Amino acid sequence: MAAYSRREFLKGTVAAGTGLAAGLSLPAILAAQSKDPIKVGVLHSLSGTMAISEGPIKEVVLMAIDEINKGGGVLGRKVEAVVEDPASNWDLFAEKSKKLLLQDKVACVFGCWTSVSRKSVLPVFEKNNGLLFYPVQYEGEECSKNVIYTGATINQQATPGVDYLMSKEGGDKKKFYLLGSDYVYPRTTNKILRAYLTKVKKVPEANIAEEYTPFHHQDYQTIIGKIKSFGAAGDAAVINTLNGDTNVPFFKELANQGLTADKIPTMSYSFAEVELQTLDVAPLAGHLASWNYFMSLKNPENIKWVAAWKAWAKKAGMPDKQAVTDDPMMHAYVHVKLWAEAVKKAESTDVDKVLKAIENLQVSSPVGKYKVDPENHHTWKPVFIGKIKPDGQFEIVHRTKDWVRPEPWSGVTYPGRGCDWSKGGKGTFDTVGGKKVWLSEKS
Amino acid sequence: MAVREVVRLILAVSIFVGPGGVLAAGPASDLESLAKRLAAPATQKQALAEAAESADPGLEALLRALKEGGLYLYKDRPVLLADDASLKDLAGQPVLDNGQPAQLSSGQEAVTLDESLFGAVQAILQRLEVFAPQAATRRSAAFKLGASGDAAAIPLLTRVLAREKDPGVRATVAEALAKLQLASPDPASRLAAVQALAQSRSEAALPALRAVMASDPDPRVKGEAGDAIKNLDAFLFRRNVLGYFFNGTSLAAVLLIMSLGLSVTFGLMGIINMAHGEMLMIGSYTAFVMQELFATHFRAHQDYFFVAALPLSFLVAGAVGLALEIGLLRFLYRRPLETLIVTWGIGMILQQAARLWFGDQTSVSPPTWFRGGWEILPGLIFPWSRIFIIGLALAVLLALALLFYRSYTGLKIRAVMQNRAMASCLGVSTRRLDALTFALGTALAGVAGCALSLIGTVDPEVGKTYIVDSFMVVVLGGVGKLVGTVVASLGIGLSNKLLEPAIGGTAAAIYAKVAILGIVIVFLQWRPTGLFAAKGRAAEAT
Repeated sequence: MAAYSRREFLKGTVAAGTGLAAGLSLPAILAAQSKDPIKVGVLHSLSGTMAISEGPIKEVVLMAIDEINKGGGVLGRKVEAVVEDPASNWDLFAEKSKKLLLQDKVACVFGCWTSVSRKSVLPVFEKNNGLLFYPVQYEGEECSKNVIYTGATINQQATPGVDYLMSKEGGDKKKFYLLGSDYVYPRTTNKILRAYLTKVKKVPEANIAEEYTPFHHQDYQTIIGKIKSFGAAGDAAVINTLNGDTNVPFFKELANQGLTADKIPTMSYSFAEVELQTLDVAPLAGHLASWNYFMSLKNPENIKWVAAWKAWAKKAGMPDKQAVTDDPMMHAYVHVKLWAEAVKKAESTDVDKVLKAIENLQVSSPVGKYKVDPENHHTWKPVFIGKIKPDGQFEIVHRTKDWVRPEPWSGVTYPGRGCDWSKGGKGTFDTVGGKKVWLSEKS
Repeated sequence: MAVREVVRLILAVSIFVGPGGVLAAGPASDLESLAKRLAAPATQKQALAEAAESADPGLEALLRALKEGGLYLYKDRPVLLADDASLKDLAGQPVLDNGQPAQLSSGQEAVTLDESLFGAVQAILQRLEVFAPQAATRRSAAFKLGASGDAAAIPLLTRVLAREKDPGVRATVAEALAKLQLASPDPASRLAAVQALAQSRSEAALPALRAVMASDPDPRVKGEAGDAIKNLDAFLFRRNVLGYFFNGTSLAAVLLIMSLGLSVTFGLMGIINMAHGEMLMIGSYTAFVMQELFATHFRAHQDYFFVAALPLSFLVAGAVGLALEIGLLRFLYRRPLETLIVTWGIGMILQQAARLWFGDQTSVSPPTWFRGGWEILPGLIFPWSRIFIIGLALAVLLALALLFYRSYTGLKIRAVMQNRAMASCLGVSTRRLDALTFALGTALAGVAGCALSLIGTVDPEVGKTYIVDSFMVVVLGGVGKLVGTVVASLGIGLSNKLLEPAIGGTAAAIYAKVAILGIVIVFLQWRPTGLFAAKGRAAEAT
């Protein structure tokens, strides 16, 4: 993508020609040439089932780009967003990303939400050496050279959630009921959590229950009954990875059965402020969630960001209810800034140069300091535990002391596995006898 | 210069010496001096210990701010950062500087709470909750103190028990107290505690009693605990079985209410209406719209939105059904395949329309009367919303039976369905009856949708969730028979809810569903016409 297209080249030549004719100096010519905006892609579903979650992400990316442009752009050029709507359709994600990379020749793409959409665009980005910024927490076990993963890895959300529940302030919980929808994210998360609980935290197997329900499951009576007996002594917690709509019947039943958060708290990993605005929050109040960001964080930078977002959402005509910020939005906002900083540092939009510049790059963010790992293309950020309030916001009950190092491969399920894309690195490796054995060279 | 150095030295020393030094002097309130010491890392721990004893009403706000990073020092004065970025003092008044609202200088850091002290702050905030105004909060705070195993909480709980009026909270406090007294060195008070727990019939007492059984040195206490465990186990078994039957009945009522409409349109009329689920969805959205309307216009009577929504959902879904019949379906009678495809398409159009209009996830917040449930036995709660659905299903069933078997219209409907040509010859307007009957079927789906919004989601695909189950119930029951629908709902509901605990494992809900489908398929192989087959000439004709 570093190569100039013919059109750009011609334009440059013409500018140079006229410039010389007018007797201008060289920097002026360069400035004239660089008037062209830098194009970046935005690939989030604006229609279909994922629109509710991905719509605000698109807007916050546009807002970040607007802020960058108001501050003078990048390398003296404006940034221009090319927005594509893959309509919650995984095949369309691949198609649109091809269009963005090959036709629009964007410098990078901010996009995707679900793991399946990310997996479907991955080959496109790897083949064409594109650059994707992915803002959502996910199950890990992936580390592409062409992706910067800003959302949480399992050790930046799921395991700190369990740590909190086992701590004194979290209620000293000893038994865990892992409940999820039947698909890859809950299954992988729970596989890692089970290993973490039994191996690291020495929780006996008998104190862990695991259960999956189909999508759109509506009747949680039996499961709530089981949870009730499981946690009768008040020393149990539910780890919830249920998908979107099934949370409603689950929490309604939970509340009606008198299982309040104080008796059996539920720690959820898959809904944040945006989703809470559309749910009936009353039965959820008091339960917990673990994220890298909460809207209720009190620091000047976050207060400023939230205010800016509210103004932006009003201008964009978004429903008042959706004018909230949440974790994936924070990552999406920050990763636009990260990209811009990396381009400034690299003095180029070339993907390889930007990837080099982004290693260990630190920016300030609504959660405080925030940086890209020097090796594995994931990011460092703090983890917060929040308690759901009746107004759909979170009361922060815990924060990690410092930012947490990202581990795309969990140490408990894949000991010794890591990922390194820094100079000389070839991606995922296993540590064998203190040496890195690259997976790409294994087979 | 020298004077300043000396003052600074004195200050440093006095801080070093400990609390109550120079900082506490002056007009500052006790809370303010406490806040100042909380702000200094060296005195934070000590100050927290004092905070635990304080009864100041502003303590809660101060501790919350400290925990959330909203406590700042403004010109050495502790201030709290409010949500609108303004500064408030400890009494909640705005902080002014020369008459102007004070602002933090940029980059100023909040007072940090040492990570090891987070728990202590949380513990104080929690303990404050046993005196909270809401009974539920007091109850859970007491429960937590009981589960903490912290004998130091006994005097606090005793004090709470003395002043507590609410019977529910009292029971919880007494149970918590008994649990803590199990660790008492005095065998008599342990024995009393065991007896109190046995009386509570609470499942939560079981682990505590088991621990006594395993390790108590006194044989009398041990024996008493053994008896208590035996009684409790037997009670829990009976309670759980009763619970399973309630779950099954409740699921059966859900199945019944959603398939009654289908048993009219599909069972009686033979129309395969794939958009039946969307009629249900329309009912759910009617409830949602009424909720929003009441929230903006009749806030004071919010709960009554449901009273308005229930008949309205009947009318709205009925009207849509009527339009569908008159506009489309009547041209497709006797062409079941086309009907199937057309109604499927209509269903998709309605789904997408709902998505465009309402977004993807909305949800109805049930009226406050439906919150919680009836605690029929200790630990066994029948939620009001489910009891209501069982009642509603029975009421709708009764109304339908009366209409069909006790009214003149019902007689005509049955006549048309059994022998259209003959009924028509006898002067019955079959066209009009068809339209009305179909509208009745969809209207019932609307009522079901409205009722189910109490326990489930309201989303564009909610119909999909229910349509397969509805068809299964009607086919299993025997097409055209109301009694068949009732028996099939009960059968599927009960066996599903009894199978789930029997199967166990990590995917009981999935396997129970698979098993039910399997049973239904096998049953239909054996009796293709379902449980209650329609008999007579008409049955053979179709």
